[in-house]
Amino acid sequence: MTKFLTSSVGKKAVMALSGLFLILFLVEHLYTNIPLVYGDGGVEFNETSHSMVHMLIIRIIEVVLFLAIFVHVAQAIILTKENADARPIGYKIDGTKKTSSWISRNMGLTGSIIFFFIVVHLWQFFVPYRITDSVGHNEGQLTLAESVVKAMENPAYVFLYLVSLVILAYHLSHGFKSAFQSLGLNNKKYTPILDMIATGIALLFGIGFAAFPILIYGAKLMNKDFLHWNM
Amino acid sequence: MISVPPCLSVVNLPQRRRGAELTQRIMNLTLNVWRQKNGNDKGGFVTYKVNDISEDMSFLEMFDVLNERLINEGQEPIAFDHDCREGICGMCSMHINGRAHGPWQGTTTCQLHMRAFKDGDTITVEPWRASAFPVIKDLVVDRTAFDKIQAAGGFVSVNTGNAQDANCLPVPKDNADDAFSAAACIGCGACVAACKNSSAMLFVSAKVSQFALLPQGQPERTDRVLNMVKEMDALGFGNCTNTGSCEAECPKEISLENIARMNREFLMATLKK
Amino acid sequence: MSKLDSKIPEGTLDQKWTTYKSTVPLVNPANKRSIEIIIVGSGLAGASAAASLAELGYKVKVFCFQDSPRRAHSIAAQGGINAAKNYQNDGDSVYRLFYDTIKGGDYRSREGNVHRLAEVSANIIDQCVAQGVPFAREYGGMLSNRSFGGTQVQRTFYAAGQTGQQLLLGAYSALQRQVGLGNVQMYSRHEMLDVVIVDGKARGIIARDLITGKLERHSGHAVLLCTGGYGNVFFLSTNAMGSNVTAAWKAHKRGAFFGNPCFTQIHPTCIPVSGDHQSKLTLMSESLRNDGRIWVPKKQGDTRKANEIPEEERDYYLERRYPAFGNLVPRDVASRAAKERCDAGFGVGASKMAVYLDFAAAIQRYGKQQATKLNEEHASAARITELGKEVVKEKYGNLFEMYQKITDENPYEMPMRIYPAVHYTMGGLWVDYNLMTTVPGMYALGEANFSDHGANRLGASALMQGLADGYFVIPYTIGAYLSGMIRDKGIPTDHEAFVATEKEVQDNLNKLMNIRGSKSVDHFHKKLGKIMWDKCGMARNANGLKEAIEEIKVLREEFWKDVRVPGIQNEFNVELEKAGRVADFLELGELMCMDALNRNESCGGHFREEFQTEEGEAQRDDANYMYVSAWENKGNNTYELHKEELKYEKIKVSARSYK
Ligand SMILES: Cc1cc2nc3c(=O)[nH]c(=O)nc-3n(C[C@H](O)[C@H](O)[C@H](O)COP(=O)(O)OP(=O)(O)OC[C@H]3O[C@@H](n4cnc5c(N)ncnc54)[C@H](O)[C@@H]3O)c2cc1C
Ligand code: HEM
Ligand code: HEM
Ligand code: SF4
Ligand code: F3S
Ligand code: FES
Repeated sequence: MTKFLTSSVGKKAVMALSGLFLILFLVEHLYTNIPLVYGDGGVEFNETSHSMVHMLIIRIIEVVLFLAIFVHVAQAIILTKENADARPIGYKIDGTKKTSSWISRNMGLTGSIIFFFIVVHLWQFFVPYRITDSVGHNEGQLTLAESVVKAMENPAYVFLYLVSLVILAYHLSHGFKSAFQSLGLNNKKYTPILDMIATGIALLFGIGFAAFPILIYGAKLMNKDFLHWNM
Repeated sequence: MISVPPCLSVVNLPQRRRGAELTQRIMNLTLNVWRQKNGNDKGGFVTYKVNDISEDMSFLEMFDVLNERLINEGQEPIAFDHDCREGICGMCSMHINGRAHGPWQGTTTCQLHMRAFKDGDTITVEPWRASAFPVIKDLVVDRTAFDKIQAAGGFVSVNTGNAQDANCLPVPKDNADDAFSAAACIGCGACVAACKNSSAMLFVSAKVSQFALLPQGQPERTDRVLNMVKEMDALGFGNCTNTGSCEAECPKEISLENIARMNREFLMATLKK
Repeated sequence: MSKLDSKIPEGTLDQKWTTYKSTVPLVNPANKRSIEIIIVGSGLAGASAAASLAELGYKVKVFCFQDSPRRAHSIAAQGGINAAKNYQNDGDSVYRLFYDTIKGGDYRSREGNVHRLAEVSANIIDQCVAQGVPFAREYGGMLSNRSFGGTQVQRTFYAAGQTGQQLLLGAYSALQRQVGLGNVQMYSRHEMLDVVIVDGKARGIIARDLITGKLERHSGHAVLLCTGGYGNVFFLSTNAMGSNVTAAWKAHKRGAFFGNPCFTQIHPTCIPVSGDHQSKLTLMSESLRNDGRIWVPKKQGDTRKANEIPEEERDYYLERRYPAFGNLVPRDVASRAAKERCDAGFGVGASKMAVYLDFAAAIQRYGKQQATKLNEEHASAARITELGKEVVKEKYGNLFEMYQKITDENPYEMPMRIYPAVHYTMGGLWVDYNLMTTVPGMYALGEANFSDHGANRLGASALMQGLADGYFVIPYTIGAYLSGMIRDKGIPTDHEAFVATEKEVQDNLNKLMNIRGSKSVDHFHKKLGKIMWDKCGMARNANGLKEAIEEIKVLREEFWKDVRVPGIQNEFNVELEKAGRVADFLELGELMCMDALNRNESCGGHFREEFQTEEGEAQRDDANYMYVSAWENKGNNTYELHKEELKYEKIKVSARSYK
C-alpha cells in the first residue's frame, strides 16, 4: 500500500479521490444552504444545521471531509514540489500556453486561493458555530443564518467570495475531468461527455454559491431584510 | 460511417499548392541556440545569423548550413542528435521557440521544414529540459532513462523459438489498430520535454497500452505496469497533472487515452497485488 | 581458392538446414555462462541475435552508436517483411519464396543460404507476433498481407508504413528484457573502431565512448558485426545520417573478405533531390507500387501540370514494357526504366529528374468498392473520390503525410514525383553458411554481410534476412565455433594485441585531429558521393569506373591533407566521428569501382552499359561471372580477388524476365 501511495499514479489517485469527495461535499453543502433563501427568517436553515450537527454519520463525514482537505492539500504540495524538481533548469521560451489550458497548469495556484478562502470561511462560520459556540446556540447570539447574512453584507467578504468562487469554478472545470483521467475512467468516447459534465459542475457551483453573497448584498442595497424576503 | 479524414488537409501545413515549378522562398534568420560544452558546463545562449535559407530545407538542414559555416570559420559546430531524418528513429530533439519539435503538429524536428518560418524570424533553440534527461552537449541530451523503463517491463517474455503459429492468436482488428497506434511511439522524449512537470506518462503509457490491448500481453499484464511505473518514478520524472501538452506535441500523436488506460491498469494491478 | 569455403552442408537442398541443426555441436549451459559474445549493432540483426544468444545463456555485450538501441536504422523500414506462410492461399510456399529470391537476385546468390532463409521465414512471423508486434490484421482477426515487387503472391506482412519500426521495437523489447535480467550489457553511444585479432581469431574490439571520447577495450570469444549497410558512401541515400561502413571496413582490413561490394540497390520510388542543401533522401515505400501507377508524359519536355495531361498522352512505361509484372517489377528494373525515361527527356518536375507515381486510378477503384460496400449505389463522383481517399489514407496515410511535409504538395490531389535513390547494399562482408567471415570467430549478420540477395534484393526481404540471421541462424551456427572454445577462459584486455590495436586506433584519431586543414568532412563526403553516383551508380561503364578510381584516389589524398576536424578527441565530437567514417568510405568507394569494373556483365543492381540487350535489359554472363567476388585487403589500398563459384542444383538458371 505505501508503494501505491508513493507512486506517481497512486498520488494522483489520492488527489482525485479526495477532490471528488470534496465535490460531493459541495453538492451537499449547496443543498443545505438553499433554505437560506426561503424567507422564513432562517428557521429551516438553522434547524437543519442544528440537527445535522447531532447526526453521527454527519460527524463522521465531517472528519473525513477535513481529512480529505488535508490530504488533498498535502498531496498538492508534494506533487508541485516534485514536479518543480523534475525540471531544475527551465526553458527560456515556454510554449506550454500554446499546448495546454491555463487552468490545467495552475491547479496549485487556484487550489491555494481556495485553501485561503476555506480558512477564512471556517473562521467565519465553523469556528463560532461549532467550536467557540458564539453563534447559534443561546439567546442573544446571532443565529447561524443571521451570522451568514451579517458576514455577506460586508462588501469585502462579498468580493472575496465572488473571486474565490470563480477560481473554484475554474479549479473544478479541470479538476473534475482530471480526476477521471487520473483514475483511469476516461477514454476517447467519454472525454467529450466528461468535458460537458465538468463545465456543468463548474457553472453549478460557481453560480449556485455565488447566488448567496449576491442576493444578500443585493438585499442590503435595496434595504430589504434578506431572511424575510419573499422573492 | 467513416468521417472525412482529418489528414486530407494534412495537419496544419499551409495549403499552398506550389507545384514543383515555382521558385523557392529564401529567408534570413536569427538563431538563439543553447551552447553547453558538456554536462558540467553551465552553458548559455549564443546568437547566430543565418542567411539564404530556402523554405524547402528541413530544420536540420538549416543547422547543417550553419555548422558548415562555423567549421569554416574555425568554430565548433553545434552538437545535436539526429539519425534517420525521416521522423521515425526518434533521435532528433530540439525545443524550438518554446515547442518540442517546433511549431508543426505531429512532426519531428527533422521533418519540420523551413516553410514554417518567415524571413526575419528569430528562432530560439533549446535542448529537452528534464532532470531525467541531463544535457550531454549543446542540444544533445541523455535519454537512456527510457531504455531503463523499457527494460523494467516493456516486453513479452517469450524466448526465441517458443512461439506458436501466428494465426493461432486472432486479434480483433480494432485492438490491433489501437495497439499499433500506441506502439507507433518513437521514444523521442518530446512528451517529457513538453510537459510542464517533465512527466514521462505518455511514453510509458503507450508501451503499457500496446501490450494491455493484445492477448500476448496478458500473462505479464499486472507486473508490467507496476514495474514500469516504479522505474519511471525512480528515474526522477515528474507527475502527470493532466495538462495535455504531451499529446499536443507528440510527433506520433499518441493519445492521452493511453495515460488513462495506464492509470486504470495500475490501479487494477494494485488491487490484485 | 582454398580460402573460400562456404561450408554448405551436404544433403538435398530442403534437408540441408534440418540435418545441420541436428548435427551441429552444442555448448552446454554451464559453459555458455562463461562465454562472452560481442555484438556490434542493435538493428534487426543485432538486437535479435543479442536477445536470442542471451536467452541461451551466453554473456552478451551490445554496441551501437545511437543513444538507444531502438534507433538503429532498421527502424526506418516501411513496407513489410516477407514470409512463406501462404495465409492467402495463393500458392505460396518455401520453394516459391526461395525461387523468387534467387531469381530476384539475378542468380548471384547461394542456393543453400537462400533456401534456409525461406524455411525460417515463417518462424519469424510467429516469433514477432508472440512478442506483441502489432501487424496489420483483417476484420476476422487474422494477419493481413500485401504484395511487393518481383513476386506474384501476397506474402508481405506489414504494420502500416512502419513495419521496420514495429519489428525493431519487438526485437528491442526482447533485448531490453535481457538487459534487465543482466544477461546483456548495453553500450549505446559507442562506436567500434577496430577488431582485435589474437592468434588469427577475432577476440575483441576497440570502441570509442562517444560521450567522453575515450577508447575502451572489450574482450570476448566471438565478435558479431550487425552494423548495417554502406549506402552512405553515395552521401545521398535513404540510409540514416550515421549509417556507415566503419565496422565492416575495419574487419575487412583485419582479414575479412568483402563480398560483391559493387552490388548496390537503387530504389525506384524516392522523393527527388530538391537542392544543394539536401542531406538525405526519403524513401516512399515500395508498397505504394501496389496501388500507384508510374508514368511520364508521352511528349518530351512537357511542361503541363500532371492533371492537365490527358490519359492518352501519358506513358505508363512499366505497364507497357513489363505487362506481366507491370508496376511491380523488381527495383533494379523499375529504377533503370525511370532513369531511361528521364535521360531521354521525358522527366517531370523542375529538375526534370522525376517521374509520376499516380494514385488517381486507385482512389477511384477503392472509392467505388467502398460505395458498394456502404450500399451507396448512386454515390456522386465527389463522394466516390472522398471514399477512395479514405481507403488510400488508411493504407498509406503516414507516407502521404511525409511526402507532403517534404514537398509541400498534396499527393491525394497531384501525383507524387519520384526518382530512384541509393537504398541498400547487397554487398558486404563475405560469410560462409555459418555467417562466419574469413576471420574465425568473426561473424557478419544482416545487411552487413553479402549473403542472401545476390545482385538485387527483393522488397521486404531485408527485414526477413536480418531477423532470420539473428533469431534462427546464428544461435545454431555459432555453436559450431564456440563448442571449440569452451576451455578458453577469455583474453585479458591488457593482452599485447589489445594494446597494439588500441594504439593503432589512437594514432589514426590523432592523425585526423592533427590535420587541421581547411575543408569540412561533409565537403569530402559530398564529393565522393557525386563521383560514386555519376560513375558507379545506376549505370556504369568501364571508362567511367576507371576515372572514378583515379578521382577517388586524389580525393582521398586531399582528405588526409586538408580535412578540418574541430574540437578535441576526448569529448563529444561529431565531426571526428564523421571524419573516421568518411575516411573508410573513401577506401570502400575505390573497391566498389574496382569490383564493378571487374564484373563485365550486367546483373541485378549492377548495370554495365556495355552489357545490355537490344531492348536495354541487363545481360548476364553466366559463363564467366557466376561467382561471388570476395576481395581480400592486401594493405595500402590494394586488393586481391577471390571467387566463390555459385552452383545451382535445384534451380534452372535462365534470363530474368518480368515481361
Ligand atoms: C528507408 C528504408 C526502408 C526500408 N524498407 C524495407 C522494407 O520495407 N522491407 C525490408 O525488408 N527492408 C527494408 N529496408 C532495408 C532494411 O531496413 C535494412 O536492410 C535492415 O533493417 C538492416 O538491418 P541491420 O540490422 O542489418 O542493420 P541496421 O538496422 O542498419 O543496424 C546497424 C546497427 O549497427 C550499429 N553500428 C553501425 N556501425 C557501428 C559501429 N562502428 N560501432 C557501433 N555500432 C555500429 C548501429 O548503431 C545500428 O545499431 C529499408 C531500408 C531503408 C533505409
Ligand atoms: C484546499 C485547497 C486546494 C488546493 C491547494 C488544491 C490543489 C489542487 C491541485 C494542485 C490539484 C492537482 C492538479 C491535477 O492533478 O490536475 C488539484 C486537483 C483537484 N482538485 Fe483541488 N485543490 C484544493 C481544493 C479543492 C477543492 C475544494 C476541490 C473540490 C471541491 C478540489 C477538487 C479537485 C479535483 C477534483 C482535482 C482533480 C484531481 C486529479 O487530477 O486527479 N480541490 N487540486
Ligand atoms: C457562498 C456560499 C456559502 C455559504 C453561505 C456557506 C455557509 C456555511 C456555513 C453556514 C457553514 C457552517 C455550517 C456548519 O459548520 O455546520 C459552512 C461550513 C463550511 N463551508 Fe461553507 N458556505 C458557502 C460556500 C462554501 C464553499 C464554496 C466552500 C468550499 C470551497 C465551503 C466550505 C465549507 C466547509 C469546508 C465548511 C465546514 C464543514 C462543515 O461544517 O460542513 N463553503 N459553510
Ligand atoms: S509518446 Fe510521443 S512524444 Fe513521447 S516519446 Fe513517444 S513519440 Fe515521443
Ligand atoms: S503534458 Fe504532462 S501533465 Fe500529464 S497529460 Fe501530459 S504528462
Ligand atoms: S532524425 Fe530520426 S526522427 Fe528525426
